[in-house]
Amino acid sequence: MHPLLTPINRFGLYLLAWVPLAAILIYLMAVPGRLGWLAAAAMIIPLCLVYQFVCLSAWYSCKAAPIQKSTGQRLWLTHVLAAALLSLLWVLLARLLAYGLSQLPDFQGLDRRFASQLSVLFGAGFLLYLLAVASHYVILAIEDSNKAEIRLQETSILARDAELKALKAQVNPHFLFNSLNSISALTSVDPAKAREMCILLAEFLRMTLGLGEKASVPLSEELSMLHRYLAIEKVRFGARLRMEEDVQPESQSAHLPPLLLQPLVENAITHGIANLPDGGMVRLSSQSQNGRVSIAIENTFDPESTPLRKHGLGLKNVRDRLEARYGKESNMRVGAENGIFRVDLSFPANAEEVKS
Amino acid sequence: MSKKDEKKFRALIVDDEDLARLVLRELIQARPEMEVIAECANGFEAVKAVAEHKPDLIFLDVQMPKLSGFDVLELIGTETPVIFVTAYDQYAMRAFEVHAVDYLLKPIGRERFEAALERAKSRLGQKMPPAPELAAAARTPKQFLDRIVVRDGTRVTLIPVSKLDYAEAQDDYVALASEGKKHLKQQTIVSLEACLDPERFVRVHRSYVVNFERVVRIEPYGKDSRLAILADGTRLPVSRAVYARLKSLLDERT
Repeated sequence: MHPLLTPINRFGLYLLAWVPLAAILIYLMAVPGRLGWLAAAAMIIPLCLVYQFVCLSAWYSCKAAPIQKSTGQRLWLTHVLAAALLSLLWVLLARLLAYGLSQLPDFQGLDRRFASQLSVLFGAGFLLYLLAVASHYVILAIEDSNKAEIRLQETSILARDAELKALKAQVNPHFLFNSLNSISALTSVDPAKAREMCILLAEFLRMTLGLGEKASVPLSEELSMLHRYLAIEKVRFGARLRMEEDVQPESQSAHLPPLLLQPLVENAITHGIANLPDGGMVRLSSQSQNGRVSIAIENTFDPESTPLRKHGLGLKNVRDRLEARYGKESNMRVGAENGIFRVDLSFPANAEEVKS
Repeated sequence: MSKKDEKKFRALIVDDEDLARLVLRELIQARPEMEVIAECANGFEAVKAVAEHKPDLIFLDVQMPKLSGFDVLELIGTETPVIFVTAYDQYAMRAFEVHAVDYLLKPIGRERFEAALERAKSRLGQKMPPAPELAAAARTPKQFLDRIVVRDGTRVTLIPVSKLDYAEAQDDYVALASEGKKHLKQQTIVSLEACLDPERFVRVHRSYVVNFERVVRIEPYGKDSRLAILADGTRLPVSRAVYARLKSLLDERT
């Protein structure tokens, strides 16, 4: 449907835009063309009423020849030909009208006098049509940019959905099964420890559920969730899991997407510690400086038996989430050296207001 | 020792987690007809313990450092019934393909455990196909080995495929040449070849699979046979059917 026809007030505006155009044409016919005001108005007003609808047809040729995709030659050819043709038809209509009016006693001889003005009318019709073409291209461009904006909004909604889906998938069910197995072992030998572990597990789950609903959380919250996660894994792996932490106190208040670090710590355990018969260490450190926070997660791994997973799904998720949130402001590096696997993240420390 | 004790069903527990072993030990010890003869925290210990104790049944964790449960099974063969124990149900299919008796999911419940035991007892004395063939069959297609496990007595060696120079068929065995040493493994060359990445390993001859990176050049030998010369000077026969392909691969490289 034509965009100028649908909302009725928009069509009204379009009609209004024609008033000055018609006034100019009446002036041209009445004064330099010596038709007289009445005759000029009697000619031009019906002609403009018809031609404004004719000009609306430009929309279809504009759509058929989109300005970005068509060659200049084709554009000119299409529109100039259309303008000439439609203007010619308009002039013929004008002659017919002039002949009809000249039958009335008030306008006798109008058709003769009007004949000298036909070239002016043709020129006006030609230019008016081209003006309509130009306006329609503007309208189309506006429509396109609106559509692009809507699409952008839709993709950002999709990105957020994907992020949430990723969050839900992040708490690995195998972690739960293994933890439950540990609890089931502890119930007979150390019931107090079993209870402690149940509580740790419950707290961890509650925190992941709660965190998942937020757009961003302070590092301190993410850390206290990770402490529980690691405490649970410590029960499972015993002396094989050694933890180190070096968190600069100022960085605790930095904000980050929730559960961003959890998959990294989980990777450190499943691809690092779990593959080492004698275990190893997981080290977490963070600093904030100049409005940016840097976080590093390191773990020992077995270079011989663990294929390097620099592009694993977990890492990709973290990278995607950082990019979705901070764009080029974020930085993530993954590397392995001397049996130590290391992931470095850096991003703006207080960007929680950016998105909510 | 009383006569009753001698008849006990002797089980071996293999799991890298202390608590997981504890659960199994409790479950086994609750059965009067069973006993735990040993517990192992990794695959190497397990291979040794199987040779030493000859258990009647093995409870084998799938995910362990260095040697997985599947690796252990490949090394110890299928004479002893194995029950896999894991938290990951996606291994179940594979477990049955390697003819595991049963597959227990953590946390393990008593009823499920006892059902597995019954299955194990009913399987006693049944003849199984050789383990490496089963392991090869159970491998997901397009996923190639990145290391080969070899057992010499109770000693287990891991050979990363990048360090494998070539493999030579010797009856029911393959000799794996790596870093100047040869390791014997009970497996056919056909099933070994199927586990190796065909982009990196070429079956140059009925009896030889070679690591293509090691091939330096091809030399004519005799009337219409040829030899592949490896970086360390080893000469391997090249069959006529493979020669053209090998040569085009070599030309591509230079």
